[in-house]
Amino acid sequence: MKSRINGSASGMRGIAIVCLTGLLLAACGTSTANNSGTNTASAPGITATDITIGSTQPLTGRAAPGYSEIAPASNAYFVYLNQHGGVYGRKILYEYADDGYNPTNTASLTRKLILETKVFAMFSALGTPTHLSVIDYINSEKVPDVFVSSGCNCWNNVSKYPYTFGFQPDYTIEGKILAQYIQQNLNGKKVGYFYQNDEFGLDGVKGLDAQLGASSVPSGSRQYYSPGPTSVASQISALQAAGVQVVVSFSIPAYTALALLAAAKYGYHPTWVVSNVGSDITTLTGLLKQFSQGAVGGQLLGGMVTDTYLPLVGDSSNAWITLFKRIHDQIIPGLPWDGNVLYGMVQAYTMAQALKAAGRNPTRASFVKTLESTKLSGGPGLVPFGYASDNHLGYLGVQVAIIAADGTESTTGPVYTSSDSGPISQYSGSASSPPTNGIP
Amino acid sequence: MLIANVHLARIVRPTLNRHLLLALGAAVVLVAISEQIGAYDDYNLTAVAIFAVAAAGLTLLTGLNGQLSLGHGALMAVGAYTASLLLKDHQLPVVVVLLLAVLTTGIVGIIFGYAAARLRGPYLAGATLSLAVALPQIATRYKNIFGGDAGLSVPASAPPAWLGADFPPERWLAWIALAAALVTMVLLGNVLHSSVGRSFIAVRDNEAAAALAGIDVARTQVLAFVISASCAGLAGALFGYWSGVTAPAGFGLGLSLQLITAIVIGGLGSLAGAVWGSIVLVFVPSLTSGMASSLNVPSSVANNVPLAIYGATLVIAMLVAPHGIQGALKRLLALARARWGHSPASGKKGVMDWDDPAPGP
Repeated sequence: MKSRINGSASGMRGIAIVCLTGLLLAACGTSTANNSGTNTASAPGITATDITIGSTQPLTGRAAPGYSEIAPASNAYFVYLNQHGGVYGRKILYEYADDGYNPTNTASLTRKLILETKVFAMFSALGTPTHLSVIDYINSEKVPDVFVSSGCNCWNNVSKYPYTFGFQPDYTIEGKILAQYIQQNLNGKKVGYFYQNDEFGLDGVKGLDAQLGASSVPSGSRQYYSPGPTSVASQISALQAAGVQVVVSFSIPAYTALALLAAAKYGYHPTWVVSNVGSDITTLTGLLKQFSQGAVGGQLLGGMVTDTYLPLVGDSSNAWITLFKRIHDQIIPGLPWDGNVLYGMVQAYTMAQALKAAGRNPTRASFVKTLESTKLSGGPGLVPFGYASDNHLGYLGVQVAIIAADGTESTTGPVYTSSDSGPISQYSGSASSPPTNGIP
Repeated sequence: MLIANVHLARIVRPTLNRHLLLALGAAVVLVAISEQIGAYDDYNLTAVAIFAVAAAGLTLLTGLNGQLSLGHGALMAVGAYTASLLLKDHQLPVVVVLLLAVLTTGIVGIIFGYAAARLRGPYLAGATLSLAVALPQIATRYKNIFGGDAGLSVPASAPPAWLGADFPPERWLAWIALAAALVTMVLLGNVLHSSVGRSFIAVRDNEAAAALAGIDVARTQVLAFVISASCAGLAGALFGYWSGVTAPAGFGLGLSLQLITAIVIGGLGSLAGAVWGSIVLVFVPSLTSGMASSLNVPSSVANNVPLAIYGATLVIAMLVAPHGIQGALKRLLALARARWGHSPASGKKGVMDWDDPAPGP
């Protein structure tokens, strides 16, 4: 095996030459990225014929239900993209490794992807505790770390993590907009929280408190769980005892299902307001059936309030949904067609947009620069991305959605955007439609 | 007293010399290897060294002193959290961090060793099992100190300036871990060949006979536990540097079972066996983890595939090579000797006694 010093020195020289060429071309008056010419091995993970990107995903373990579909769905879109010419003729090779939602596994697998597989970028790496364990390392290696599959606001820290970009609206923004819905539509009811006791749940609670006022929810109405082999029965009965009428739940699907089952068992029927990541109908229905041994299923979801920043997965009149559903039916028919599959495909589409915007022969640094200067508009999202040189936040807001008793979901009210500290504002931009061949 | 000292010196010195020479040779070879391989292989080499430290400590406890511990993963967590907490607010040299981790885990080892010395067989296994299950929960419960599920990050130890700016941090960490492993091996090797080591074995084989021979059984057991725990603590601190994060999920029951598997597959009671076992430990999961997710089975099955493979490996190893890799190697060596001349005792050329009892440590 080649020694690392030699490898990186020649790599650096390559990068230096590419950068210099880029600078010279820029000096000659070329205003946009250099899209003409031939494909070169412009960065680690990029060859003349393909681009390798990597990810860590919970394909097994407690976060696997639902989330394990995301990477295969992204991969299905890349397969479709490759069949239709790829990006500048390059195929996208997607290597995703199973970390079982265990931060220690994430740490060693990420090093494997960066040091051995030599990926160009990390893409869609899933989970707050898992990705926090490698964010320092990825940034110290100067590897682009895009579209992290988690709404923690920890990904938006440009000075500390210049290579990391979030994807979905952060949980604080989501909490604020959900809380606004409660103020407007469930006014006067007693509100309580059920949340995962980590950055995910705490960020959500931060947003809820900012909007509702921290004092309006007493400590007895704030119940949390730590993921693991645990029961949530005592938390739910505490909410019931406190007379809570609206339970806002920042939970992953398995714990949303456990909470709904516990409530049903106690004859407790509050209005459930569940964060986007914990509310996918197909995943929850499957889990409810599994946990109750078939006794109950989707009927427990009727009346649930949630939110979305993507077109609704069941909206067959939406052109994006038709496109992604078609790819799903062709390439991954074995997986359910649900919100997780849609999420993975949208991420992959966004990655294709980003790679295209970065020009024919990007470097890691130029790719990151492109993300900061392009808004990646025209994609499937209902809301714009926040990407800028001082902001690495993904989607800036959500639209509230309600699940009906028959299991269909529909959006309600306008699309809202916000930031962690700023006010909530109505977004008036119109939705885009996909290009005819489905390739950006 | 003087006579005893002279006597001790006569036994220890040649052993020490031999072990030091061996370690020096190993160090030269390992540094040469680490220079030739890529960064990711250096990273895996580090893992082997870390597991070798923990497994060597465990093999001393289980193989030589007869105390089964299912809680060594948790003791590694003590070392790892000590290192992480020390590095949270201070910049300390690696050596200081490692020594303090050894010290802290050693103290935990004393406390637990006293409890362990009163327990036998399945009761001891149960008590240490509770350690493995309960300790990671503390980190989740006291989130403000231990960082909850996300754990604490461990800043990388940067290579010193004199190695040059381009020196890969993975190789530097490999050197640290290898140095720690060699020091551990030399120290443990000497313990094994001293009167202390012989008293460990005497207690394992027959406590009543050992007590009659004047050995303080309980104290011997506590000492074995403390030495073993210290090794686990050292391995844990190195593990923190290696993964860059100390999180409860990294130190679950699975880790303790992996260590047991390592010493059994490697060859119970032998330091070389601990090294073989660690090599298996590092390189088998990379084969199995891909297998689990590529198998198209329900997640409840796939989740358990890696553990099932460990179990199966253990069963097969017990059937094929009951004395582990080290035992099998010794036999092959003996077989070769018997075949090509230098038969040691029996003198029967070409004959190999496969029912020979376990090769010694």
